Amino acid sequence: MKPLSALMIFGLPIVVLIGFALLAFIERRQGDGPKTAGFVERNGWPVSLYLIFGVGIWMLFLIVFPQLYMVDYSFHPKLPASARGGPRDIYTLENYRYFLYGSTSSTANWNVTHLNAFWLTIVMSIFITILNFAICYPLAYFMAQVAGPASVRIYMLLLIIPYWVNELLRAFAFGILFGTGGVINTLAIKAGIWTVPIDFIGRDIALYAGLTYAYLLLMMFPLYNAIEALDHNQIEAARDLGAPWWRIHLEVVMPYAKPGIASGCTLVFMLAAGALAAPLVLGGPKSLWFTPIVYDRFYQAFNWNQGSAYAIILLLTCIAFVLLVMRLFKVSFSEIAR
Amino acid sequence: MSADVDLDNVSIRFGAFTAVRNATLKIKGGEFFSILGPSGCGKTTLLRTISGFLDPSEGEIRIGGKPMSGIGPNKRPTALIFQNLALFPLMTVAENIGYGLKVRGVGRAERDAKAAELLKLVALPDQGHKRVSELSGGQKQRVAIARALAVEPQVLLLDEPLSALDLRLRQHMRNELRAIQKRVGITFIYITHDQGEALTMSDRVAVMNAGVIEQVGDGRAVYDDPKTGFVASFVGENNGFDGTIAAVEGAQAVIETAFGRLAGRASTGLQPGKAATIYIRPEAFHVAGNGAGAAIAGTVTAQAFEGNATQLHVRADGGKSIIVLLSRREDAGDFATGRQLTLTYAPKDAVILAAGAAR
Repeated sequence: MKPLSALMIFGLPIVVLIGFALLAFIERRQGDGPKTAGFVERNGWPVSLYLIFGVGIWMLFLIVFPQLYMVDYSFHPKLPASARGGPRDIYTLENYRYFLYGSTSSTANWNVTHLNAFWLTIVMSIFITILNFAICYPLAYFMAQVAGPASVRIYMLLLIIPYWVNELLRAFAFGILFGTGGVINTLAIKAGIWTVPIDFIGRDIALYAGLTYAYLLLMMFPLYNAIEALDHNQIEAARDLGAPWWRIHLEVVMPYAKPGIASGCTLVFMLAAGALAAPLVLGGPKSLWFTPIVYDRFYQAFNWNQGSAYAIILLLTCIAFVLLVMRLFKVSFSEIAR
Repeated sequence: MSADVDLDNVSIRFGAFTAVRNATLKIKGGEFFSILGPSGCGKTTLLRTISGFLDPSEGEIRIGGKPMSGIGPNKRPTALIFQNLALFPLMTVAENIGYGLKVRGVGRAERDAKAAELLKLVALPDQGHKRVSELSGGQKQRVAIARALAVEPQVLLLDEPLSALDLRLRQHMRNELRAIQKRVGITFIYITHDQGEALTMSDRVAVMNAGVIEQVGDGRAVYDDPKTGFVASFVGENNGFDGTIAAVEGAQAVIETAFGRLAGRASTGLQPGKAATIYIRPEAFHVAGNGAGAAIAGTVTAQAFEGNATQLHVRADGGKSIIVLLSRREDAGDFATGRQLTLTYAPKDAVILAAGAAR
């Protein structure tokens, strides 16, 4: 490993951490508010050490270092193990170039297959997020504001139990449902709704349905929590003041539930864009989702450097998109984490 | 514009439970009308039914002569002030007040003008830009009133809106509410469990117990001339003595109790030999010198000096605890614990009600 890489992977997080610690220290020193007990004074040494090292090791070794390692990887050419660190191991943008032009050297043609899959993944993830919201909002509202506590418990169970089945199995089950000889086609043809089986999988309907279902709960719970905290009197007050139902939702319930909506949408969008199992199982013959392409870079092309570049492109695009949407709807991070 | 509110034999049931039974009320336009009762008596249910959030199981509600069945709360000429106020936390004060107008399609400039005007009415001028969370309890109260008045309701319904305030503010807001009602001139229907609130503010009071309206009248009538035992003991302090009627002579009756024969005003339906209760207000008692023409003899168990009056707890010789309120003028100095005394009262200040008297 080159010194610059080592510096970036290990040095950068440590410098950032020291920076934060210093900032906190200075703020405590200069803060004019009442002095509260310090972290260590409050928790005692054993607990403090456990928290600092527990969280620190988890964050650094399991999340930050590997991710930064991938970043570093993405800027190197693919080389046999023996050549790594040698004269051919240079910093390069060729992996990113490949994503755009389908070649490490030429910029003559666009890499249409990969770019299309990439944009389709982003656009369809947005669509799946919206669809998820449209499905979950009425249900969450009903559970949080209308249904009695006893029935809410039953709805919760009904929502949770299907998720005991693992993701892959659920994806295959959707394949059985939507296949040309599957349950839906068989029933519809028997009932005479249509005569020729519809190729749900080829048209990617199965994929979108599967992805929508896969992340339903991640939309459901933040929404439910946010709406549940709303005082029912506010809804009645709006109604008493003459608001029709749609205005009550738009102007009273949704603004209040905005942090929940934002956190649900962020989760669903991120996970849908990064989903692997459902696209692999339910994807049509022409694979359109971006994640299987990333997977292929790693395990079919055995090009970890290119795979890293692809993964980072997806990650950064998703983060940028989420930040943009949060900015548009004026949601802050602290609200999402609430 | 104000409107009459007529309740015609209204009953409200939840499954097998009857929350309100055969309520009939004629509330006049422009009246400050209170419904007074303990918690759980059905008064809030009744208010929610008038505002349209609940439908009566039986009977009819008319507002301004128009039957209200099938008309939702958003279409009724009523506005409700919630017990917790239910102001919209994400809107400014002016947006809160203007919301009812906004949903009616009124433009921004007009809404803001109306909000400013109403803020002046509730003595909160130039606070429209503030967030609700920046206001104190009393200010929130005023904003809630302004928000309800913005839609120009003919009837304002108030569900114990003062209960969250501290005592001083509550007393101040009573006067304020009364003054606002006089200024806007619309019908106020006010729900409370606090008899002081009901008596000081209202033109008329309905006393409610266990889903039944027991008595309707102005404050004096309800206080001085209770028609049922519940009204006698719920509205203001009262001392009740059970016994049997010994004699009824015109407007007066005599009841035989464990503390002797006691005379008082006769209510309707008294018959000699039947069970009845005599109610004597704490302030109706006088302390007589030892041995004077006796009514009830007892021993002081506690005294509390309240400034303008002294409250005594007297254990009657029969064992019952009596509350006595002596005005400053009558206060003969120190009523040490253990002192023997005799309590007298004028029969016209006591009322005798037949046992189980209820409408």
